[in-house]
Amino acid sequence: MKRVARTGNEAMAEAMRQINPDVVAAYPITPATEIVQIFSQFVADGLVDTEFVAVESEHSAMSACIGAAAAGARAMTGTSSQGLALMYEMLYIAAGLRLPIVMPEVNRALSSPINIHCDHSDTMGARDSGWIQIFSENSQEAYDNVIQAVRICEHPQVRLPGLITVDGFIISHGLEVVDLIHDEEVKSFIGEYKTERSLLDIKHPYSLGALDLQDFYFEHKRQEAEAMYNTPEVIRAVGEEFGKRFGRKYDLIEKYKLEDAELAIVVLGSTAGTSRVVIDDLREKGIKAGMLKIRIFRPFPHKEIAESLSSVKAVAVMDRVDGVAGFGSPTFNEVRAALYDGPTRPPIVNYIYGLGGREISLEEITSVYKNLEKIAKTGEVKKIVNYLGVRE
Amino acid sequence: MATLKELSKRPERFTGGHRLCPGCGASIVARQVLLACKDPAVVTISTGCLEVGSTIFPYSAWEVPFFHSAFENSAATCSGVETAYRALKKKGRLPVDKEIKFIAFGGDGGTYDIGIQSLSGAMERGHKMLYVCYSNEAYMNTGIQRSSATPRAAHTTTAPVGKVIPGKKEFPKDLTGIMAAHKIPYVAQTAVGFWRDLTTKVEKALAVDGPSFINVHTPCRLGWGYQPDMTVEIGKLAADTCFWPLYEVEDGRAWKLTYKPKEKRPVKDLFNLQQRFKHLLKEENKGLLDEIQARIDQDWEDLLKKVEK
Amino acid sequence: MSKKPGWKELASGDLLEAGTAKEFETGDWRTLRPIKDDEKCINCLNCWIWCPDSAIIVKDEKMIGIDYRYCKGCGICARVCPPKVQAIKMVDEREFREK
Ligand SMILES: Cc1ncc(C[n+]2csc(CCOP(=O)(O)OP(=O)(O)O)c2C)c(N)n1
Ligand code: SF4
Ligand code: SF4
Repeated sequence: MKRVARTGNEAMAEAMRQINPDVVAAYPITPATEIVQIFSQFVADGLVDTEFVAVESEHSAMSACIGAAAAGARAMTGTSSQGLALMYEMLYIAAGLRLPIVMPEVNRALSSPINIHCDHSDTMGARDSGWIQIFSENSQEAYDNVIQAVRICEHPQVRLPGLITVDGFIISHGLEVVDLIHDEEVKSFIGEYKTERSLLDIKHPYSLGALDLQDFYFEHKRQEAEAMYNTPEVIRAVGEEFGKRFGRKYDLIEKYKLEDAELAIVVLGSTAGTSRVVIDDLREKGIKAGMLKIRIFRPFPHKEIAESLSSVKAVAVMDRVDGVAGFGSPTFNEVRAALYDGPTRPPIVNYIYGLGGREISLEEITSVYKNLEKIAKTGEVKKIVNYLGVRE
Repeated sequence: MATLKELSKRPERFTGGHRLCPGCGASIVARQVLLACKDPAVVTISTGCLEVGSTIFPYSAWEVPFFHSAFENSAATCSGVETAYRALKKKGRLPVDKEIKFIAFGGDGGTYDIGIQSLSGAMERGHKMLYVCYSNEAYMNTGIQRSSATPRAAHTTTAPVGKVIPGKKEFPKDLTGIMAAHKIPYVAQTAVGFWRDLTTKVEKALAVDGPSFINVHTPCRLGWGYQPDMTVEIGKLAADTCFWPLYEVEDGRAWKLTYKPKEKRPVKDLFNLQQRFKHLLKEENKGLLDEIQARIDQDWEDLLKKVEK
Repeated sequence: MSKKPGWKELASGDLLEAGTAKEFETGDWRTLRPIKDDEKCINCLNCWIWCPDSAIIVKDEKMIGIDYRYCKGCGICARVCPPKVQAIKMVDEREFREK
């Protein structure tokens, strides 16, 4: 283990160097550009033996990765926001063809209006594309998650693509202390990429991507769904092994002071870090505050969420995306649905915050707990969907 | 340059049992391209008639590894496969260490229009692959809509012949010229109707060390409106009228005619055989027909100036 | 394919074996049937190179027959047979169906 200072982008690029993929095809976009640049430099300096393809768009980046993965290569790319949106068509295809492409994705608001700062609208827009989605709180997690993702995605019971997100600028450009694993250890952890079939296996030719009509499409989609059902167990096992080998254990969700909490918030990404400070402060004042951090958004850890929130008195789901669905943001609706099957159904509210990189303050998070306190006391939810930090 | 007898000894790599229309030019292109390639080949394709008609799960007409992912990205996908080949070869991880050729197919919709960015990118990056555009001059798979390859005045379902508008208003874009301007090692234009020209060009294209592009005029009996047995003849007429000249360009510089009609025939002879141009033969559209003929004559002269004497 | 496989039996990811279209016979699309006259055929192989359905059978440089499992009856083979030879005739398919 080596302790260094790295931004989120640098940490993820470092992980990519250690993974040493066969093919990387990528296109620059703020705030993920650095990943592509740093990796290109690795290639130029001979630090990896990856074939790098400087494609002319993100659509082609994903298409080339899909081609490479189908040809039996370990393929990676990285992107953000509009880039991810441009890939949209190909995301579904990567998943449907069961190609375990791994992609760092820096969370950035989607146009319009155009904005380069963090929110989760890009990633959430791809939430039903069949990709595993891993959210990282900080650079260390981003680094660890990229490495674990290779194992998770390539697992024979899974074989799905996966994206690992960090929050744009907040983490992608924030310098933090990161513990890097030795190259050799990463190599042995991820292992060799083995595919059952490959397009380059000319002795065993096959056709991939045929027109799949009423009598087979459903079966293929059912297989894909099954792969996603299989994934939580694999993620847990990989997180466990990672913990044993490198000292940092990972699960689907992370609980912070949640065991005895009465008031809980649910968050994703870097806001978890800020929330810890607020919780510590509230705890000192005798308020039983806690947090549930969703690390894995896809597959959605509904059971774990329901169990963890079963004994709290009020819950607030904080989402850095609106969803513009007419009712509630994506994480809110899914958490709320998860609680339906729980032993108890605590009152639950939604907070939409931080769009387009709007900062969230300690006070604002504190105000969420204040509202939860009221709700817990009265058992009454005045307003289900709330906005935090927007000027009225 | 292989003879028919030689070609007939090669394995058939595009099988019967596919579901393209009887007499479809695209199936002839697929067959002949694969016959011309002596090495193992991996094929990618864009969404369209050839893809849909040849691979309906669980039936595939391709004996070579074949991959379809979407409409606009046959070139980008192929570039990924080709890159994987280089990467895995370098690492000694290929199941068979034999030279493999990479061939991307696309219809004119998938090539001239929605896929031109992906094509241009892949060619510019220098991947060692052959891109074959089978141009049937419209989006046939979705029901004969216009593309930028559709000839002026042709009837399509999105530029139909109506009471006031006589079909497509624009002339097609010169995609072969655009590809030549990429100054890639090999660019060519050929047509169904000239098997020797097509197979020779495919051989040449696959022999260069870099990207190559072949644009094939590909009759479509359904979209063009003719009896299915006429496919080959219509292709020949396209060259004999100089509507679709056969030529090749090396490194974007050396232009060469590969077929010069003994007698240049009027384009009317070609249009006569196709329903999509039926209206052009009416007296009131004579001006339009003349305009098209004049354009063909001009393009032909321009081409003659470009080719090596 | 007699019984369609369930999702657990299918190879995953829309993958199918090469050349399986050979199991799908398109011969019943035909309304006209090409009939070859062995006497006239000069084995130029024009019909073979132009057949869109890989239905002309060639062995040892000789055209030895038509694979009616796939032939869709487009008539191209009859057309490309040299005008002086005309070894292939298109005949109404019903004549054969009724028999
Ligand atoms: C992104 C996208 N847009 C539209 C379509 C619908 N579509 C499928 S095939 C096709 C036309 C294909 O035309 P062309 O490339 O000329 O091939 P052809 O069918 O004529 O052989 C269209 C519009 C699609 N599949 N994907
Ligand atoms: S519509 Fe045209 S291109 Fe499509 S299969 Fe039929 S003949 Fe071929
Ligand atoms: S009729 Fe058409 S499909 Fe049948 S053998 Fe002749 S060319 Fe082939």
